[in-house]
Amino acid sequence: MIRLLAAVTGQILTTFARFITAARADWRGIEPVRKQRIYFANHTSNADMPLIWTVLPPALRRETRPVAAADYWLKSKLRAFAGRDVFKAVLIDRRAEHRTEDPIAKIVEALDEGSSIIIFPEGGRNMTDDPLLPFKAGIFNIATRRPDVDLVPTWVDNISNIMPKGEVIPVPLACTVIFGAPVHLKKDEAMEPFLTRCSDALGALNPAQSGARG
Amino acid sequence: MTQTSADLIMLFAGVVGLLFLATIAGEILRVRDADGSPVVDTFVTRVHSWWAMVAILALALISGRVAIVVLFAFASFAALREFMTLTQKTRADHWAMVASFYVVLPVQYILIWWGQEGLFTSFIPVYAFLLLPILSMLRGAGASFLSRISETQWALMICVFCASHVPALLVLDIDGYGARNVLLIAFLVLVVQLGDLMEYFAGRRFGRTRVAETISRKTWEGVGCGLAFAVLVGALLAWITPFGVFWSGVYAGIAFLVGVGGALVLAAIKQDRGVQNWGHLIPGQGGFVDQLDSVFFAAPVFFYMTRYFWV
Repeated sequence: MIRLLAAVTGQILTTFARFITAARADWRGIEPVRKQRIYFANHTSNADMPLIWTVLPPALRRETRPVAAADYWLKSKLRAFAGRDVFKAVLIDRRAEHRTEDPIAKIVEALDEGSSIIIFPEGGRNMTDDPLLPFKAGIFNIATRRPDVDLVPTWVDNISNIMPKGEVIPVPLACTVIFGAPVHLKKDEAMEPFLTRCSDALGALNPAQSGARG
Repeated sequence: MTQTSADLIMLFAGVVGLLFLATIAGEILRVRDADGSPVVDTFVTRVHSWWAMVAILALALISGRVAIVVLFAFASFAALREFMTLTQKTRADHWAMVASFYVVLPVQYILIWWGQEGLFTSFIPVYAFLLLPILSMLRGAGASFLSRISETQWALMICVFCASHVPALLVLDIDGYGARNVLLIAFLVLVVQLGDLMEYFAGRRFGRTRVAETISRKTWEGVGCGLAFAVLVGALLAWITPFGVFWSGVYAGIAFLVGVGGALVLAAIKQDRGVQNWGHLIPGQGGFVDQLDSVFFAAPVFFYMTRYFWV
């Protein structure tokens, strides 16, 4: 019953997201095929994750779990339903002092079950004017544990105009999710250069950076 | 069956015949051209899109006023979404944009459905024009204020005001034409789109002199052929209009020329914003604005020409 309800809610959500944003995937560096991946994306709005989820073809979507903050997604019954049942999120606790389990271990466990995952390596929403915040160590720790899985840079474009922070009504604007070429942790690569490399790979997908405003 | 439905079905049969020819031509090209050149691929995709567009428009025209108004309201919505994606905006414009999509657009189409000509011709050029900048100002104005409010107004004029003048043709009470106005919509869309098509093919084949060197590949030769074809189609379709053969040709020619101007203006805007297409929703064509730019420009001109000389 819950599963049916979750499937229906998921369908309504993707339809609504398409209506507002005409969401489109731009498969620039990878093909939309069933392969285990870690999608790492920029994070400016709460709508980022549902949007990436929307543009994934259904077969891929079923096998992809977003990593999300437990303190946000477990706040109310409705959010818990959306987070746990609709998105099947891997819920982790961002607050180190409240933690009962290691978040990286939980993510690795999801990978070992065969799921692809979506992560936001900036660690929180970017409220600044900079396109990206410095990445947290999480993506490095995941890559160290499972170095063979493709790390796919995923740029969500234009979403901050659809719903600027503090606004509640989304404006319908076209929105594109751009998937870049996968990144891998090199042998003996240190954390700092790896984080910079990931961040650059993601930033390079930003259409605003290449001059043409899209 | 009424005369109008019979005429619509005749017209539809003719268009379906043309589409069959285009489909067969596409398949022949595809067989001949084994390497699969992108030009042939684009042509075949476009033909598929035309089938879908003809089917949707025909269904709406047969179903009547509500369906037609709703169809164009959705086309406006998609076009406005494409346009606003490219306009300058800051947080201060959020309310103005929310109001454009969720208030101005539906109200304009409700006024059209209601048939209040005095209201739907002034609502966007007067009321939206004055009220939306007030909203942006209340949210803190900011840099490039004049450019931003102008771009929002432009988006509304093209994508909502102009586009809504296609279904607005239903409102006109033309002497001796009865309730056949739905045929005027078919007439306008057909002469403009067929003229565009001829302009495209003739331009690719014998075009030499560019109309606007830096903006578009359109040529004077192509536009000339398109104009001749639009006038011919217009004259041949005189039986569905109240204008008579001569004036049908003239009206078709004017609508086509205004449409070409519109397509060029919107191409210049695309160039200014550094994009190839307005969107991606119509396979092979780009966005709604790419497909309908000429119809959007031609619609108000055609509407007022008919309104002042035939009502």
